[in-house]
Amino acid sequence: MKELADLFITFCRIGGLTFGGGYAMLPMIQQEVVEKRKWATNEEVMDYYAVGQCTPGIIAVNTATFIGYKQRGVIGGIAATAGVVFPSIIIISIIAACLQNFADMPVVQHAFGGIRVAVAVLVTMAIIKLWKSGVKDKLGIIICIGTFIVQVLLGLSPVYIVIAAILLGIGVKKMKGGEKS
Amino acid sequence: MTLLVMFLEFFKTGLFAIGGGLATLPFLYNMADKYDWFTQGDLANMIAVSESTPGPIGINMATYVGFHTAGIPGAIITTTALVLPSLIVIMIVASFLKRFSESFYVKSAFYGLRPAVTGLIAAAAFEIYRITLLSIESFLENYNVLKLFQWKNIVLFAALFILNKKVKWHPFFIILIAAVAGIVFQL
Repeated sequence: MKELADLFITFCRIGGLTFGGGYAMLPMIQQEVVEKRKWATNEEVMDYYAVGQCTPGIIAVNTATFIGYKQRGVIGGIAATAGVVFPSIIIISIIAACLQNFADMPVVQHAFGGIRVAVAVLVTMAIIKLWKSGVKDKLGIIICIGTFIVQVLLGLSPVYIVIAAILLGIGVKKMKGGEKS
Repeated sequence: MTLLVMFLEFFKTGLFAIGGGLATLPFLYNMADKYDWFTQGDLANMIAVSESTPGPIGINMATYVGFHTAGIPGAIITTTALVLPSLIVIMIVASFLKRFSESFYVKSAFYGLRPAVTGLIAAAAFEIYRITLLSIESFLENYNVLKLFQWKNIVLFAALFILNKKVKWHPFFIILIAAVAGIVFQL
């Protein structure tokens, strides 16, 4: 029981003290999980991150689940995940409740007018990063631009595109007939 | 009833949004289209709040959407639903960890998936550009090309973009500067 509480509290702290999730969370996880608690080695944490990126869901959450599961099995996984999510639920609910009350004030509306531009900038930066790390050849460029056009024009559920892209990736690699495993 | 639909939508998002928090963005825009829970303008505000508060961005956005639509029960439902597929998948994958990320199928799947996710997020970003940088309604009134663009916003966009490239500050400060600019220049 104490270990479960430990998992919950440690991941609460990680969730509540890092901005941005994903990679921003890595140093904090290394400090709390590897150095202080010795729940995993640095190498294991990097493995969790690698797998967390290629399994569905939020990377930070996936890493928390991994570490909790390794410590205490299924309940451990749930405790760590609940911990990493808990601060968000509290903080966001408070902010959302406040904003609902002030949303009609002109000052708030102008502020958000500016903030939306900042969001456009931040998302653009993220896309540039993704493009650099994920689009490596001609086919990648075609898939990326093709997805963009189809999605802007048709607005399909992204589910179909995700499934199609996975099948296409496997299909192309198979045809190239590289490794068999 | 809304809670149940929200649970299903966010479960689906958790299952198919691969590659981190921003990968949930296309799903959220899809929801803004499909349901009257929130508008695309609301979403841009939610992204700003999610980027400038602690916690994973994907979780913050899910919580915000849930709270906005159905109060605290909504926030708990959407967050739980988003996280549930990860919990299940990770626990299955944990038993053959190494073999998973190095398997031929996983690697090949990502060969196709990475560019597609980039395209999907770019399409979501296009919606953000449409409401912040363009104003298609006033363009359609008399087809004046000058009226197609929201000039003040475009100048701010360029300024923030350059600033962000130069100083690499935390997003929180970029958002703060933008808020002040918004109030000063009446955006």
